[in-house]
Amino acid sequence: MAKIVNFTIDGKDCIAEEGLYLVQAAKNNGVYIPTLCNYEGIKPKGSCRICTVRINGRLMTSCTTPISDGMKIESNTEEINDLRKAIIELLFVEGNHFCPACEKSGNCELQALAYRFKIMVPRYPYTFPQRRVDASNPKIIKEQNRCIMCKRCIRAIKDEQGRSLFAYKKRGHKSEVVLDPVLGLQMSDELARKAMAVCPVGSILVREQGFIQPIGTRKFDKKPIGSEIEMSQPTK
Amino acid sequence: MSKPVIATTSLAGCFGCHMSILDIDEKILDLIELVEFNKSPIDDIKHFTKQCDIGLIEGGCCNSENIHVLREFREHCKILVSVGECAIMGGLPAFRNGIPVKECLREAYLLSPSVQANHEYIIPNDEDIPMILDKVYPCHEIVKIDYFLPGCPPRAELIWEALVALIKNRPMDLPYEVIKFD
Repeated sequence: MAKIVNFTIDGKDCIAEEGLYLVQAAKNNGVYIPTLCNYEGIKPKGSCRICTVRINGRLMTSCTTPISDGMKIESNTEEINDLRKAIIELLFVEGNHFCPACEKSGNCELQALAYRFKIMVPRYPYTFPQRRVDASNPKIIKEQNRCIMCKRCIRAIKDEQGRSLFAYKKRGHKSEVVLDPVLGLQMSDELARKAMAVCPVGSILVREQGFIQPIGTRKFDKKPIGSEIEMSQPTK
Repeated sequence: MSKPVIATTSLAGCFGCHMSILDIDEKILDLIELVEFNKSPIDDIKHFTKQCDIGLIEGGCCNSENIHVLREFREHCKILVSVGECAIMGGLPAFRNGIPVKECLREAYLLSPSVQANHEYIIPNDEDIPMILDKVYPCHEIVKIDYFLPGCPPRAELIWEALVALIKNRPMDLPYEVIKFD
């Protein structure tokens, strides 16, 4: 059995198995650390930086940091929450996030984080970039206006031979996550649904599935993101 | 003490936010006890007749007239509030941002299948018609906006609570369900 270590998050005493990623260790102790590019079950990437915490005085991403004994972690502080808000606001102005017209609204994690942090307006100017909608695949639509480059789909959606169906294309500010046109044609309905669920925003959409859930019954209509973790009892 | 004065307008909006103001149901009776309306589509006063305390702005700025009205509101109102997604980020009209204006006008007046009576192929260009802007601007990118109420439309409860908080000078304590972007 792995060694059990002690650590604190915002002064709360916690215990976890040594080597567990901090996000998971915190979750097991009933503490929610906001994440966006992280998805349970796939290899962490640490690209969005929303799960940034201060560990023993240094800022680090908690999705990629294994827990060790005696860590002193600050997460829910004014300074760190403002950094998180700044990232969310940047993501909102960097793409074209028209929530009222989005199929994923109410189930979107980016939007849910904005709700949780009570973001009324981004502090940065909107850029309104010109992006395309790729509707060439018969099963799914790739809406580039909403893509936040979290790479969740690249990491999670693979065929039987382990090949990623999604990939990066172009470079710098022109980068986009695209669906492989050949592999994409062999995509099963189940994998298409999984891709839509893995996407934190409304960038991957299964055809004919938009707006099927009525307002009021969607994932983040009634409860803030992370509240299920905060309500849960710590697991040992 | 005289009642606080409220002005409202709909710029590049759909009047949905104004409908949401009306959606406060019977509290509208309390509202008219609390405040006096000046320039607003609700009482159909077309021009400011005095300085106002609160200005509620629905919709973003898509043409020169919107900018003119918005600046007029800034001059006449102590507090300006962006109400709804369009005022905050351009909303659905901002879907055209990124498409050249020429292309938008050609599609709307010449190429669209619903264009039937435009036999002379004219894009309206009378000088009395407000000039369309290169893109739709959020209100806070044109003038200083003091508060923002998101939603499409903002829930009636949010508008009501915000107004009462402003009028009575007290903090807002809103339940989670009230702040939504859709």
